[in-house]
Amino acid sequence: MDVSAKVPALLKVPLTPGEGFRKICAKLAFGFAVLVIVSPAALVFLWMLSLSLKTDIENIAYPPVFIPATPTLDNFAEVFRASPFARYTLNSVIVTGSAVLLALFIGVPAGYGIAKAKAFKLAIVVLISRITPGLSYLIPLFILFQWLGLTGTLLPMVITHLVITVPIVVWIMIGFFESLPPELEEAALIDGATLWQAFRHIALPLARPGIVVAAVLSFIFSWNNFIFGVVLTGRETRTLPVAVYNVLTFEQIAWGPLAAAALIVTLPVLVLTIVVQREIVAGLTAGGVKGG
Amino acid sequence: MAGERTLDGRSGKAETEPSDRGHHLSGGGQWNRRRYVVFVVPALVVMLAVIVFPWLFTVFMSVHDWKIGQAHSFVGPDNYLALLGDERFLRSLLRTLYYGVLAVVVPVILGTFSAVIFHKRFPLRGFLRGVFILPMMATPVAVALVWTMMFHPQLGVLNYLLSVVGLPPQSWVYAPETVIPTLVMVEVWQWTPLVMLIVLGGLAALPTEPYESARIDGASEWQMFRHITWPLLLPFIMVAAIIRAIDAIKAFDLIFVISQGGPGTASETINIYLYLQAFAFYNIGYASAIVVVFFLLIVALTLLLLYMRQKTQWM
Repeated sequence: MDVSAKVPALLKVPLTPGEGFRKICAKLAFGFAVLVIVSPAALVFLWMLSLSLKTDIENIAYPPVFIPATPTLDNFAEVFRASPFARYTLNSVIVTGSAVLLALFIGVPAGYGIAKAKAFKLAIVVLISRITPGLSYLIPLFILFQWLGLTGTLLPMVITHLVITVPIVVWIMIGFFESLPPELEEAALIDGATLWQAFRHIALPLARPGIVVAAVLSFIFSWNNFIFGVVLTGRETRTLPVAVYNVLTFEQIAWGPLAAAALIVTLPVLVLTIVVQREIVAGLTAGGVKGG
Repeated sequence: MAGERTLDGRSGKAETEPSDRGHHLSGGGQWNRRRYVVFVVPALVVMLAVIVFPWLFTVFMSVHDWKIGQAHSFVGPDNYLALLGDERFLRSLLRTLYYGVLAVVVPVILGTFSAVIFHKRFPLRGFLRGVFILPMMATPVAVALVWTMMFHPQLGVLNYLLSVVGLPPQSWVYAPETVIPTLVMVEVWQWTPLVMLIVLGGLAALPTEPYESARIDGASEWQMFRHITWPLLLPFIMVAAIIRAIDAIKAFDLIFVISQGGPGTASETINIYLYLQAFAFYNIGYASAIVVVFFLLIVALTLLLLYMRQKTQWM
């Protein structure tokens, strides 16, 4: 919005020394504002890192130790030693991986179909799922899984996580396919391609950036989900967020391992956010998406 | 308006776009469009199974006396009538509203301010924006645990920092009066970035022409903000507020991990109470009635906010 750049140079008056000083002040004030809004985000994560690298003696010291004297990875080892954390990591990978892949398989064609047929009323289901509290799916599904005898397996978790992943994928893909120019597919259809071929060989390759956004966002919101796991998992089938929560309840003051566990859970998401930040921003701005 | 197109104008666009591209292909546009429904069927089946079925089943359970491990019987509207006299439920309702109002207003103000900052160009802007949105992407349980440790009355880093600047220690989530504002503080920390992103999208879509002509007419910075930026930006701020309101009254993870609804019931919102009824007390029928009422409240709130959004656009 830099309008001043467009004002003809003639109108610009040379700077007096006083104005130069004011410009520097304005720059400093702006830098300070940036610092103020970014630091709460940064500091909490740095504190998490600091807690996870310190010994328990340092962690309960007063005044607090901010930078560990001798950083140690013992807390991380402790997490894997004290609980089957590797198992829980695998559970999370299976649940989120399956839910995201299934959602892509059915959600990408659905987004295409809705965009092409302009069947936007179908998208209302997606909106309803967006405003429904996650807990409300859980009561009926919990009863259903009990009847079916599925409790104690990961299948209920995979099925329930579709509530998160499918709407995100469909929503993002509708927007993406709508923005693609239709001429290429029309040409293919005139040349005798079937609808499926036009989708598979023309629209789908063009939609790859959109699929990446959909996959990343549905991965993150499924990975982060806590509430479904609290209700639907047992000792063997816990996903990482549930496992971390249980570390808290049994070892109140063991802050080092607790912070280490929290960091292990959220690190993939943090790295992903920084690496594909541009795509995530585009996807989130488009639909105000959020799971659960 | 640009905001209409990018944010929620999909259905509107479908109705207003006169030339359906399918038509001039073969003349059978309507038929052509129907053929695409095949693509939607698998997703529709899954959605029916995991979203629509639970809904119908919830309504069914809500008119039954239904406890886990016991026979259930039809009781009609009894569960709903019981809710009206359930003081704990009504209190949780008020608490949810209190929490919700705070958790909408503060992030909308801070998010709009941050968006104005991030709209300017400055070094490392992309990276810093990435850091800024970390709280909303990070696993809620993980960050809730870190905040819990920071709130510790004796050993927590927050009370230490207060003492450094000469302020008295706070009881944070350990006192009934401060627990909700403290939880909202975490919620603000977590969700201000979403407001920022939506408003930032609005700022990016602002046209430059009105500013140029206003400048030629000698308008001041404040006048340009008041008469150009603000009216154009308001729809985006309203969208952010609607999304924030829906999420705020659904808040669960943070409250459940940090305070479990306590101390006592001081931070027990509808969602927490619902969880306890269903999965601690196993009153499935009663909990289902709460779900139905809760959902209707969210729908009503959403419609109200959408109506207000319409109003703001006519201004």
